[in-house]
Amino acid sequence: MTDFHNGLLAINDAAANTSAASSLFSALNKSGKECFLQQDIPTRKTEAWKYTSLYNLTSNEEGYGRLATTHSAAGLDGIATIPALDAQRLVFVNGQYSEELSSNTEHKNVVRFSQANDAQQKIIADNLGTAIEQEKHLFAALNNATSQDGVLVHIEKNEQLKTNIQITHITTPEAKSFTVAARLLIVLETGANATVVEHFASNDAEQNCFVNAITEAKVGANAFLNHYRLQLMQEGSIQIGGVHVDLDRDANYDSFQLGLGAKIVRNDINVNHNVGGSHCELKGVYLPQNKQLIDFHSNIEHKVAQCTTNEVFRGIMADKSKAVFNGRIHIHPDAQKTLAELSNKNLLLSNDAEINTKPELEIYADDVRCAHGATIAQLDEKARFYLQSRGISAAEADVMLSFGFINELLENLELDPIRNLIRPILALRFGRDEELMKHIG
Amino acid sequence: MLTIKDLKASVEDKEILKGLNLDIKPGEIHAIMGPNGAGKSTLGNVLAGREGYEVTQGSAELEGTDLLDMDAEERARLGLFLAFQYPVEIPGVSNLEFLKASVDSVRAAQGKEPLDSVSFLKLARAKCKLVDLDQSFLKRGVNEGFSGGEKKRNEIMQMMLLEPKICILDETDSGLDIDALQVVAEGVNSLRDPNRSFIVVTHYQRLLDYIVPDYVHVLANGKIVKSGGKELALELEEKGYSWLEDAAENGAG
Repeated sequence: MTDFHNGLLAINDAAANTSAASSLFSALNKSGKECFLQQDIPTRKTEAWKYTSLYNLTSNEEGYGRLATTHSAAGLDGIATIPALDAQRLVFVNGQYSEELSSNTEHKNVVRFSQANDAQQKIIADNLGTAIEQEKHLFAALNNATSQDGVLVHIEKNEQLKTNIQITHITTPEAKSFTVAARLLIVLETGANATVVEHFASNDAEQNCFVNAITEAKVGANAFLNHYRLQLMQEGSIQIGGVHVDLDRDANYDSFQLGLGAKIVRNDINVNHNVGGSHCELKGVYLPQNKQLIDFHSNIEHKVAQCTTNEVFRGIMADKSKAVFNGRIHIHPDAQKTLAELSNKNLLLSNDAEINTKPELEIYADDVRCAHGATIAQLDEKARFYLQSRGISAAEADVMLSFGFINELLENLELDPIRNLIRPILALRFGRDEELMKHIG
Repeated sequence: MLTIKDLKASVEDKEILKGLNLDIKPGEIHAIMGPNGAGKSTLGNVLAGREGYEVTQGSAELEGTDLLDMDAEERARLGLFLAFQYPVEIPGVSNLEFLKASVDSVRAAQGKEPLDSVSFLKLARAKCKLVDLDQSFLKRGVNEGFSGGEKKRNEIMQMMLLEPKICILDETDSGLDIDALQVVAEGVNSLRDPNRSFIVVTHYQRLLDYIVPDYVHVLANGKIVKSGGKELALELEEKGYSWLEDAAENGAG
């Protein structure tokens, strides 16, 4: 047991374990704490953390072992909503629910654990923590150990949800650095269909929190989950967490991850093909700038036959930023007839930017089709000349090409409001000069 | 319009153009024919300002302005247009965004205001119709997944939008079936103007049945080795290029 461990666990001890939700968490809190304490602090010698230093988290003298004391919604309206997105929206400020910022329509499919009725409590008890291998994920164990409340998204059998679900976490700075432990549990029953948008944002660039956000999704037989996870926080904060998905027979998990924010971001995405016939579509983009570090570690477990995975991640690194992409696809001996594809393409915009990419296929079955590729490149010289030969300046051509590189993935997003939210943000990143981005975005 | 004098150019230290002369007056169409490897595409790339093509000697002037010191985009804004032999696919950038950026840039150089989105869309749709491209092509990525013929028609559409002074068609006919060839040729012919000139680079005489040149030049071994009227193209079709290549080598030796 170290100061690092105790410091991060302190928020649990500090919280008053009296709410209805805490009884749901009590067993998990206990096992999470034990599991967390058994795991060492990752160092550069820990394979899964080789390129991602936790120095910024561990070296902070005052530590992150406290909860926020302020939860004011003032001035946050503009951040909390995604324009034109029809959604049952739950908004949290520094970890605490904000009724003011949340949508006032009926929250039929989404509820905080602390407000759950008996039936919902049973669903939580049956599913919470079951998609997570906490002994492999230090920060998921931490979340298990410290969470006091969470959000349940539950879609009934065969329900085709028309409105979207939006869960927004906004952080604001405080005098002392603090932790936000966020927990989301998504349960889709057989044949259900839903779109869930997770959205992380902050109010300014002076953030000093550590966001430990863990999402679990249990996608039932023949159910379809469309999942967006948008990280738009500003650069002061640290976010470490992940997504853990269990796929039942013929389930579909279609997700889009956007990594734009925070000083240090680490996302562990784990998808388990558990029964057969399921499909996982994993798309993502990351665009660190300045001195940001964004790390995506994905791990797809093909445990059984006849499942498919298509994973595409793209990144653009600017300035002195750094990104890490590790895409592991593990095909177990019984996972015959697996189709799995993984592609990771990267653009470096400056000589000081860095990308560490590693596709990792582990195949123990003999009748599978798998492909993977990772590239790191500069902008395409031929494409740049083509644009220039039409009168477009080299600078504007570079902006258009960078944008196009990412926009290829945005074009296929189901939700127009999400695309409309992020296109101008991306355009701003590439064309910091407005003049250069006038034809895109 | 365009005057090229004693132009020598190298790619990766290999000299490709070895002293090329060409004088094109307003309104003229010049065809440049020649065997593979003679330097036909190099000429287009050098004039358009592609990096990696090093001019070692000579000059090229558009209406008296020296082109060779300019960046590619400046040449385009001055009125030079290269229709690519292999138009580049740019996924993620829509054709419409690309065309608008291009037209706005060229207009700005001429001191004109950018067109508003609605007027531009109208204009682009009209040009689509002229080259027989469905309007859906405006929404797709630049040349992304276009067939060979669609790419070439997209090139001609860009030419129509930019209204250049000098158009260089780099083997625009290669890989086209006869229907696509006719559409492309009609597009080019519709742009014929007393103040606009064309260089039509081609390997085959067939295109010149549809785009009738004022002059035909044979480019071999980095030089113009023979010039004549449109009947020269027919002669080349019949005899091939080898007799001229031999002459060029003898001449050089």
